[in-house]
Amino acid sequence: MSDVRESSLPAQSPPVERAETAKVDAPAKLSWWRGDGGEGAKRNLGLLATLVVLVVIGILTRPDLYGDPNWVWGNTLTILKLASVVGVVTVGMTFVIIGGGIDLSVGAIVALAGVWCTTVATQSYGAGGMIFTALTVGLAVGVVNGLLVSYGRLVPFIATLAMLVAARGLAAEISDKQTQVSGNTFINGIASTNVLGIPLLVYILVAVVAAGWVLLNRTTFGRRTVAVGGNPEAARLAGINVRRHTVLLYALSGLCCGIAAVMLTAQATSAQAAMANLYELDAIAAAIIGGTLLSGGRGTIIGSLLGVIIFSTITNLFAINNLSAEAQNMVKGGIIVAAVLVQQVQFGSLTQFLARNRATTT
Amino acid sequence: MSDTGEPLVEAPADAVAGEVVLRLTDVVKTFPGVRALDGVQLEVRAGEVHCLLGQNGAGKSTLIKVLAGAHRPDSGEVVWRGEAAAFANPQAAMRAGIATIYQELDLVDDLSVAENAFLGHEPRRLGFVRRGHMARRTRQILARLGHAEIPTGRLVRHLPAAGKQVVSMARALSHEARLIIMDEPSAVLAHDEVANLFRIIRELTAQGIAVIYISHRLEEIREIGDRVTVLKDGRTTAASLPARETPTRDLVARMTGRTIEYVFPQRPPGDGGGAELLRVDGLTRHGEFADVSLRVRAGEIVGIAGLVGSGRSELLETIFGARRAYAGTVRVDGRALRPGSVGAAVRAGMGMAPEERKSQALLLGEPIYRNVTLATFSRYARLGFTDAGRERAEADRITESLELRPRDVRRPVRTLSGGNQQKVVVGRWLLGDTRLLLLDEPTRGVDVGARAELYQVIRDLAARGVGVLLVSSEVPEVLGLADRVLVMREGRVVREAPAGELDENTVLDLVMAGSLMEGAPA
Repeated sequence: MSDVRESSLPAQSPPVERAETAKVDAPAKLSWWRGDGGEGAKRNLGLLATLVVLVVIGILTRPDLYGDPNWVWGNTLTILKLASVVGVVTVGMTFVIIGGGIDLSVGAIVALAGVWCTTVATQSYGAGGMIFTALTVGLAVGVVNGLLVSYGRLVPFIATLAMLVAARGLAAEISDKQTQVSGNTFINGIASTNVLGIPLLVYILVAVVAAGWVLLNRTTFGRRTVAVGGNPEAARLAGINVRRHTVLLYALSGLCCGIAAVMLTAQATSAQAAMANLYELDAIAAAIIGGTLLSGGRGTIIGSLLGVIIFSTITNLFAINNLSAEAQNMVKGGIIVAAVLVQQVQFGSLTQFLARNRATTT
Repeated sequence: MSDTGEPLVEAPADAVAGEVVLRLTDVVKTFPGVRALDGVQLEVRAGEVHCLLGQNGAGKSTLIKVLAGAHRPDSGEVVWRGEAAAFANPQAAMRAGIATIYQELDLVDDLSVAENAFLGHEPRRLGFVRRGHMARRTRQILARLGHAEIPTGRLVRHLPAAGKQVVSMARALSHEARLIIMDEPSAVLAHDEVANLFRIIRELTAQGIAVIYISHRLEEIREIGDRVTVLKDGRTTAASLPARETPTRDLVARMTGRTIEYVFPQRPPGDGGGAELLRVDGLTRHGEFADVSLRVRAGEIVGIAGLVGSGRSELLETIFGARRAYAGTVRVDGRALRPGSVGAAVRAGMGMAPEERKSQALLLGEPIYRNVTLATFSRYARLGFTDAGRERAEADRITESLELRPRDVRRPVRTLSGGNQQKVVVGRWLLGDTRLLLLDEPTRGVDVGARAELYQVIRDLAARGVGVLLVSSEVPEVLGLADRVLVMREGRVVREAPAGELDENTVLDLVMAGSLMEGAPA
C-alpha cells in the first residue's frame, strides 16, 4: 500500500514541470529567453513540427509544384498574406483570452471599421482620415466591450456576442447593405505593394506580432494581463486595478480589429457589412491551438501566430490539391479538438487520471 | 494527554442500542505537504447520533470527504455494514446508503423540491420522468420528516435556509440512506429552527438511521448527541465518549491537547509597540461584523481569534479595502483610507496574505519571482517596460532572507510546499516597504516544521517595526505569537487583552459561545 502512495505522488505533477525544473538548472543558456518561456517554447516547437508535417504533406501530394523553388517562395508568401489579416486580429484576441475574457465581436468590429472608413464622407479626408477612422472605430468599440464586461459585470461571452450583432447591424445601416468601393489608391496599395519582394501586409503582420510580443513579455501591461487572467482575485489583492485593465484589454483587441479592417479593405478595395465573417472563430481557434488557455492566465503571441499560419497552410494545402473547402473545414475542426486534447494532457489531467487508475488497480 | 490509538470505548448502556454500521480503523489520508488524517478511529451504530468534535484543521472535513467518497484514504480500513468499503466516487457512497449534507447545501436553486430530492435518480419510464410518482414519493418523504407542508413543486430558490436543509435531507432519504452526515447543519439556521432540526434528527434515528453530526457548539452536542468522537491533528484522541456525561473539560482538553508543541519565538521585552499605525473605528458590514474598533502599533503583533464565520476574515478584507465597509473608518498614520480600494491600502503601506492562498494570492503556474513581485513589478519598471533582472534579484534577496526552499526563483510556485508558498506571499509584501501586514490564517496547510519558521519570520518583521494583524482559528497560534489578542464571536469583538492574560481554554470558551459556562459539570 505504501508503495502505491510513493509511486502515485510524483506522477501527479505533470511531466512538463519536471522537464522545466531540469532546464532551470542551466540558467545561462536560457538567458536570451529570460528563462520564463520554457513551457511555452516547448509547445511552440510542437506547433512548428505540425507545420513541418503539413509542408511535407504538401510536398508528397504535389511534388511537381514543390520542385520549383520560385513557386515555393511565392506560395510561402501567399500563405503569409492569407494569414496576415486574421493574424493581426488574433494578436488582440490572445491578449483578451490570456486576460481571462473572450471577444466574439472581432469580425463585426472589422466590418464596422471597414465600412465606416470607406463611406464617401470619410474617403474625402484621404488615406490618413480613413486609417484614423478605422483605428478609432475599432478602439471605441473595444472600449465599450471592456466597459460592459468590467463595470457592467456582463459575462464576456454575452457582452461581445451582443456587440457582434449590434456592430454588424450598424455596419449594414451605415453602408445601406451596399458594397462600398475604396477609391483611395494609397489604401488599396497597402495590399498590392511589395517591399523587397515581400507583401506590405506581411510586414504589418510581423510588426503587430512583434509589438504584441514585446507588450506581453516585456511590459507591465503584459504582466498585469497574465495576473488578471491567471488569478483575478490575487491580482486585485496585490493592488492591481483589474477593471481598468480589463477595459484596456478589450480596447487593444478593438484596435487590432481597426488595423485588420484597413488591411482587409485594401485587399478587397472595398468594404461591406458582411466582411470578415466568422473571423472571431478563426482567431479564437488559432489562439487556442497556439496554446492559449481558454480560462486565462497563459498563452504566447508566437503560439497564436503559428496557429494562424497552420490554418492558412491547411487552406493552401487544400487549394493546391484542388480539394473542397468543406473537407478543409472538417480537418480544421479536427485540429482544434486535437490541440485542446493535447493541452489537457499537458495540464496533467490525464496523468492524474492514470495515477488514480493505477492506485485503484493495485 | 493524547490517547492516540486508544481502543474504542464501548458504547454506554444508555446509548441507543444498534448494530455497528460503520467502523473506521487507522484511516490515513495525506495531501502534498499535509497529513490531513493520521490514524482516525470511528465507530457509528444504527440509530445513534454520533458527534464529531475538533478544532478547525483537525481533519473533520477530510474525514467527511473520505466517507462521502470524495477522497480515498491512503491506508486504513473502512467497514460499512460489515464489508470493507472503498467508494470510488460520491455516487458510489450514495448508492451504498451514505448521504452527506454539506454546509453549503448542494441543491439546484432553479429546480423544484421534488426534482432536487430525486436529482440524478429520477423515477422514470421509457426515458420519461414520472413526475407524478416523483412528487408523491417526495411528499411521503417530507411527511416522514414532519414537513408535509413544503410544496413539492416549489422552486428551491424560494425556500428559506431551514427549508432547503429539509430538502437536502429528503434527498438523502430518497436514496434510502442509512447514514446521514451533517456538516455543521445548525450554522445556517436561526435559533428556533435548530429545535426543529433536532426534532427531524430524532425522527431519523428512531427509524434506525445513523447520523454523524458535526458542530462547533458543545451545547448542541450535549442536546442531540449520543456519543462523541474527538479529532485532533488528524487523529482520534477520544472515541465514542458518552455525549451527555463526559465533562466539558475533558472534551476541550482532548480537542486542544497538544501532541506537537509549537515553538514560538520569544517576545521582545518591553511593551513591544511603537507609534500607532492602524486605527480602525466602528467598522461594520451587516451580516459579517459590527462595530469593530482596533489599534495596531508599529512593531506590534495583534491577533484575532475566532471561528470560521465569526467575521474575522471579512474584517481583515474590509480593512484592506477588498470589501467596502458600510460604516466606520480605517486610518493609517492618522489618515483615513478611501473605503473599498485595495490600491489605496497598498499605497498606504498595507499588505495582506489572504486566507485562501491558492485562490486568492498566487499565480500557481507563474515563476516564484513573478509571484513575489506581483505587487511591486510596476515600481521596478521603466517606462512600462519590466525589468526582469532586477525583479529576480529582489525576489532572490527576499526569498533568501525567508529561507525559501527550493531557492531557484524561476520555478513555478505550484511546485512549492504550503509553507513555502506562504513565504512567497509574505515576501511579496516585504518587497514593497509594507509597514502593516494583515495575515489571514498564515499557517493553514503548513506543516509543523515550516510553521515555526513562519512564526520566526513574523516575529522578525515586528522587530523591524512592521505592525502585524493576525487572524487564526488556531487559538494557541494566536496566543503564542501575538502581543495582544482580540476574540471575535459572531461578528463582534467580545474580549481584548494582552496575550499573557489569556489561556487557551478561556479563549476557546469565548469563541464557542460560552458553552463552558452553560451546563458543564466541572
